[in-house]
Amino acid sequence: MIGPSSIGLGHYITVSAILFVLGVFGIAINRKNVIIVLMSIELILLAVNINFVAFSAFLGDLSGQVFAMFVLTVAAAEAAIGLAILVIYFRNRGTIAVDDINVMKG
Amino acid sequence: MIQLLVFLPLVAALVAGLGNRMIGNVAAKGITTLALFVSAGLSWVVFLDIGLAHGAAYTVPVLDWIVSGDMRVDWAFRVDTLTGVMLVVITTVSALVHLYSWGYMEEDPDQPRFFAYLSLFTFAMLMLVTADNLVQMFFGWEGVGLASYLLIGFWYHKPSANAAAIKAFVVNRVGDFGFSLGIFATFVVFGTVQLTPILAGAAGMKGSTIEFLGGQFDTMTIICLLLFVGAMGKSAQLGLHTWLPDAMEGPTPVSALIHAATMVTAGVFMVCRLSPMFEAAPDALTVVTYVGAATALFAATVACVQTDIKRVIAYSTCSQLGYMFFAAGSGAYGAAMFHLLTHAFFKALLFLGAGAVIHSMHHEQDMRFYGGLRKAIPLTFAAMTIGTLSLTGFFFTAGYYSKDAILEAAFANGSEASGVAFAVGAFAALLTSFYSWRLVFLTFFGTPRWGASEHIQHALHGEHDTEDTTDSDHVPHAPAPAGTGGYHPHESPWTMLLPLGVLSVGALLAGWAFHDRFLGLEGAPAFWNGSAVVRTGLIEAMERVPEWVVWTPAAMFFIGLGVAWWAYMRSTDLPAKFVASNRGLYAFLTHKWYFDELYDAVFVRPAFAIGRFFWMRGDAGLIDRFGPDGVAALVADGAAAAKRFQSGRLTAYALVMLIGLAAGATWVLGPLMAGR
Repeated sequence: MIGPSSIGLGHYITVSAILFVLGVFGIAINRKNVIIVLMSIELILLAVNINFVAFSAFLGDLSGQVFAMFVLTVAAAEAAIGLAILVIYFRNRGTIAVDDINVMKG
Repeated sequence: MIQLLVFLPLVAALVAGLGNRMIGNVAAKGITTLALFVSAGLSWVVFLDIGLAHGAAYTVPVLDWIVSGDMRVDWAFRVDTLTGVMLVVITTVSALVHLYSWGYMEEDPDQPRFFAYLSLFTFAMLMLVTADNLVQMFFGWEGVGLASYLLIGFWYHKPSANAAAIKAFVVNRVGDFGFSLGIFATFVVFGTVQLTPILAGAAGMKGSTIEFLGGQFDTMTIICLLLFVGAMGKSAQLGLHTWLPDAMEGPTPVSALIHAATMVTAGVFMVCRLSPMFEAAPDALTVVTYVGAATALFAATVACVQTDIKRVIAYSTCSQLGYMFFAAGSGAYGAAMFHLLTHAFFKALLFLGAGAVIHSMHHEQDMRFYGGLRKAIPLTFAAMTIGTLSLTGFFFTAGYYSKDAILEAAFANGSEASGVAFAVGAFAALLTSFYSWRLVFLTFFGTPRWGASEHIQHALHGEHDTEDTTDSDHVPHAPAPAGTGGYHPHESPWTMLLPLGVLSVGALLAGWAFHDRFLGLEGAPAFWNGSAVVRTGLIEAMERVPEWVVWTPAAMFFIGLGVAWWAYMRSTDLPAKFVASNRGLYAFLTHKWYFDELYDAVFVRPAFAIGRFFWMRGDAGLIDRFGPDGVAALVADGAAAAKRFQSGRLTAYALVMLIGLAAGATWVLGPLMAGR
C-alpha cells in the first residue's frame, strides 16, 4: 500500500511540520485576536496528532493512534476552557486584542 | 572634703540635667544652687585652712586613670594655696550666679537645662584648678570649653547664638591644640605629666635645647610658648580673643560666670600654676608680657566705642586679662592672681549689674537707649557704681590694690618688655576709667532715651522678648529721641539683688583684706607656700618705686573720669564731633581693629573654599561619582535594559518559551540521536 511512488512517511511528517510552523507563526506574529492564538494552538496539536498517527501506521503500533485520541480530548477541553476565560476577560476589559493584554509589561 | 567640694556640682548637674522636666524647675534650681553654696562654703574652709592658717598643701588621690608604659595619669586633687584661691573665686561667684539666675531666668522655659549647664561648667573649672597633672588639667580645660559652648548657645533657636558658640569652640580649639602640644613636649622632656616632678625639675632644664620643627630651640621656651598658646585661647588674649565679645550671645549670668570665675581665668591660673616652668624660660615671659600688654591696650580702645552694655564689659574683661598676663610676664604671679581675685568680684558685680539693668529694661542692651536710670533702679545703680569704682581703681577698692600692684611690678621689673607693659598699662587704665564711667553716665545719668527702643516697645505692647545682642557696627535702631515712651523700669527681684550686694562687699573689701598676703614682703612667701613662684626681689623693688609711679593709676582714674564726665555729661555733642573728625580711627575701633575681617579673609574664607573644593570636586565629583552614585546608576541602567525584555506581550513569551523548549530538546536529544 505504501510504496516508493505513493505517499510515504516523509510526506506526512512534512505536512505535520508545515502545520506546526504555521501554528507557531500564528501565535508569534498575530497581533489582533486571542482567539487566533487558541486556533494556532489547535493547529500545533493537530500537527502532533498527524505525527502520532503517521508513526503509528509506519511502525504498526496502535498505541500512537490511541494517544492521538487523548490529545484530541485534551485539545477540546483546552479550547473550551480557553474560550471561557476569553469571555470572562472580555467582560472585564472590553477587549480581547493581543496588544492590549500587557499587564505583565515591566 | 575636697572630693565633695568638686563632685557636688557634677552630681547636681547630672540630677538637674537628666531629671530636667521630670523634676521640674524649682527642684532643678534648688538642687544646683544648694550644691554650689555647699561647695562655696567648703571652698572657704579649704582656703582659710591652707591660705590663711598656712596649712600644708596636700594631694588626694581618687582613681587610677591611665597607665601606659612610662606614662602614669591618675585622678587626684592637688590642694595648695593657688588652688584654694581659685576654689574660692569659682564657687563663690558661681553660687551667686546660680542664685541670680533664679530671678534672671524666671521666664525661660528651659531652666533645668540652664542650671545643669551652669553646674557642669563649675565642675569642669574645679577639675581644672584641682588637677594634679597636666592631663587632668586638660580634661577640665576641655570640659570648660564644652560647657561654655553649651551655655553660649543656650538659646539655640537664635542663629547668632549658635554662631557665637561655634566660634568660641573653634577658637578655643586652636588654643587647646597648642596646650596639648605643650603637654606632649612636657612628657617628652620630663617623662611624666605629674605637676610636682615637672615643677621641681623645670629649673634644671634651663638652657637645654630640643628639636622642634626641624630646628634646635630652647626646651623651656618652646614648652612654655606652646602652653601659653593654650592660655591665650582660654583667656582671650590678642589673636585668640575674637570669641569673647561674641560670647555675649549667651544669657547674662553666663557672661558673668565666664568672665569672672570660670573659663577666662583658666589661662592666668595655668601660667601661675606652671610659674616655675615660665621662670626657666625668660624669652617666653617676654612674649607673655608683650601679648598681655597688647591685649590690655587693644581691648580698652575697642571698649571705648561699644554701645552694647555687655560688650563694653566684655572688652573690659579682655583688657583686665591682659593686665594679669603682663603681671605674670613680669614675674609678679602673686599680683596676677590677686588681680584675678579682685577682678572676679568686681567683674561679676558689673556683669550681674548689667544683667539687672537689661532685665529692668526688658532686654534692651544698647546704652544709647538708656539714660537717667539711677532714679528708677537705685540699688542696681549703687552696685554698678561700686563695681565701676573698683574696676577703675578708686582708692582702697579692690581694683585699686591689684592694679597698682601690677603696674608697680611692671615698672619694678626693669626689663624692656615690662617697661612697655607699664606704659601701655597706665594708658589702658586711663581708657578703662573713661569707658567705665562712660557706661555709667550713659546708663544712669542724663535724660531717659528708651522711648524709641524696639524692646521697650515690645514690652509696652505686652510681647515677650528675648535677649538680643546687637553688634554696634550694624545697629538697626533709628537715632534715639529723648523720652520714656511711657515705660517705667522696675527694680530686680531680691534673688538678683542679693548677689549684687555680696559682690559689692567683695569688690570693696577684697583688696584691702588680702593685699598683704598676696603681695606683701612678709606675707606672700608664707601665703603662697611654694604653690607659685614669689620673687622677693621684685616685691622689694615694688616697694621702692618712685612716688609718681604710685600715683599714676590714681591720676589715670581721675583723667578718665574727667574726660568721660566732660564728654557725656557736660557737652554731650562732643563725642559726635570727635567721631565726625576722626572717621578712620572710629571705624578702626568699631571694627575691633579689623581682627574679624582679617580672620575672615585669612582663615574662614580659604577654609570654606577648601571645603567647597573637596565637597564639589573630591566628594561629589570623584568618590560619589565612581562610588555609590556610579554603582547605583549602573544598576538603574541595567534594570532599564532588562526591563525591555518584559514586553508584557503574551505571544512574545510564548515564542520565547517555544524556542527555549526547542533548544532544550535539541540539547538533550542531539547527543542521544548521534550516539545511536
